[in-house]
Amino acid sequence: MNIVVCIKQVPDTSEVKIDPVTNTLIREGVPSIVNPFDSYAIEEALRTKEKFGGKVVAISMGPPQAKDALKEALAMGADEAYLLSDRAFAGSDTWATSYALAQAIRTIGDVDLIFCGRQAIDGDTGQVGPGIAYRLGVTQLTYVIKVREIDPANKRIVVERLLEEGREVVSGTLPALVTVVKGINEPRYPTFLGIRRAARAEIPVWDAAKVNADENKIGLKGSPTQVWKIFTPPRRGGQVQLMPGSTDEAAAALADKLLAEKVI
Amino acid sequence: MYPLTEEQRMLRDMVRDLAQKVIAPRAAEVDETGEYPWDIKEALARQELLALPFPEEYGGAGADMLTLCLVVEELAKVDASSSLILGIQSLGAIPIMLAGTAAQKARYFPKLAKGEWMPAFALTEPGAGSDAAAIRTKAVRDGDSYVLNGNKHFITNVGLAQVYTVFAMTAPEKGTRGISAFLVEADTPGFSIGKIEHKMGIRGSRTGEVIMQDCRIPAGNLLGNEGEGFKIAMMTLDRSRPEIGAQAVGIAQGALDFAAKYAKERVQFGAPIANLQAIQFMLVDMAMQVDAARLLVYRAARAIDEGDKNISMYSAMAKCFASDVAMRVTTDAVQVLGGYGYMKEYPLERMMRDAKITQIYEGTNQILRLVAARGLLAQY
Repeated sequence: MNIVVCIKQVPDTSEVKIDPVTNTLIREGVPSIVNPFDSYAIEEALRTKEKFGGKVVAISMGPPQAKDALKEALAMGADEAYLLSDRAFAGSDTWATSYALAQAIRTIGDVDLIFCGRQAIDGDTGQVGPGIAYRLGVTQLTYVIKVREIDPANKRIVVERLLEEGREVVSGTLPALVTVVKGINEPRYPTFLGIRRAARAEIPVWDAAKVNADENKIGLKGSPTQVWKIFTPPRRGGQVQLMPGSTDEAAAALADKLLAEKVI
Repeated sequence: MYPLTEEQRMLRDMVRDLAQKVIAPRAAEVDETGEYPWDIKEALARQELLALPFPEEYGGAGADMLTLCLVVEELAKVDASSSLILGIQSLGAIPIMLAGTAAQKARYFPKLAKGEWMPAFALTEPGAGSDAAAIRTKAVRDGDSYVLNGNKHFITNVGLAQVYTVFAMTAPEKGTRGISAFLVEADTPGFSIGKIEHKMGIRGSRTGEVIMQDCRIPAGNLLGNEGEGFKIAMMTLDRSRPEIGAQAVGIAQGALDFAAKYAKERVQFGAPIANLQAIQFMLVDMAMQVDAARLLVYRAARAIDEGDKNISMYSAMAKCFASDVAMRVTTDAVQVLGGYGYMKEYPLERMMRDAKITQIYEGTNQILRLVAARGLLAQY
């Protein structure tokens, strides 16, 4: 099976600090990591290849330093990696990004399965995966917690999607794009030999011309949406009310209050 | 900072992550129970870390000394016992690397690299610690075999290892030149395990006694030539001491990290104690020592990787300095935490107990000062 996995390098937001004066993200000195959901995607791609044979290609759209994220994918076991990087891509929103990545996937050729993380922890939109699926005209399966079965001969895939209301079992035809959620697997640590191979690898950089990207569909020009502002909302003040009495009495009192406030 | 290759950087980051997520949560339990952490050993084997000291042609990763030190330091930051799992791989690999035949390497290296077999280094005896030449274990040639008789103690991996490098007297009248090295497999009749030690620290490491009674091994298990044993032992220690230095640096850094974070959170007299100069001076003295120790360790590692002729001196200095630093830094780190530092609920008392052995094993710091002095004065 020919498998592609789309990854993004993001700032490690577990370490993020907000500038108290401007109320924006402090980006300097924040380490970059592979978007955590994308690690699950890479792992799922590798497991699928281990089961059915084939090849895993990792791609990422980003600045030159995003090569580090692709190297991690290679170290985990991806066979090839390509960096989609070009000045012309700068300022892309999710619509332009999904266009560029879709073009890259077309450039790779015949693809059976595309894995993505459900969302990037910096943008948090969750739109790029579905955007790519739409543009390529492939089956779109999002929020997947488990791939139940794949039948490459009959081009069929069955997955479980994790939704707020519960789990949904969906079957679809290949080729398909799958966005994965945390818990679908436990991403492997790269082995030393994987790291050695990745460190020695040269990652080809694809520019807009290489992937036949229409200049009006990429970058700022190709972005119908723009990020106007990112800010942390002001803290909501609140009060603590302690429920009196024994555990049973307090629980009853709390339940009454929650019902009255229509919380439950 | 210090120039690392991309491979070294990626490996160090992977080990740091593995250490934090997989090993750190187990460290307290391993110390408390004293049970060998098979799960951690398997995790290290899976990531091919146990293959690092072995040559690529025998299934190893052919890593250089600096790489080994980087990995050991990251492991030691969270758990000194776990870092010794890799340290003992080197101590097992180096004698065979230095003096082994192709057949001996082919027999042991692939299994050791995979972690299927574990090695041990059996030099020390009750009557022969720093005075390594005073060993009494004898090896007598008898036809196609050698017959070994004697006891070794304070051996790491005792009872777990499948192959031991054992140093024995083949010619007592020749003193140090009468010592030979042998590869003894654990299932050889006449080879048995004695007492297991209860230690102050590195309690996840198994240490104990080995007893050889008319233990008959094939003559082909002689390592190198008769009379070369002492030289093999000393050359091995020259090449493994930087890893102990790295272990000490890791323990010290782990302690410093914990103490510094604590100092920023602990409020006394209305402010974090990190605002107090007394604490700041302690922390910065700790940091200076750890940095200096790390650079000495890296210098020794580089010297080995480059085939420098002064490696004895550099590795003795690195291990001696780093281990003294580890003891001082962990003691001060406990002090920064005050009463909490003394309680088992916090990892610092364990780090302090773990640090002590680094001043003692692989050459006491007193012996190492002799070794380093020899090298130093030879330069003038």
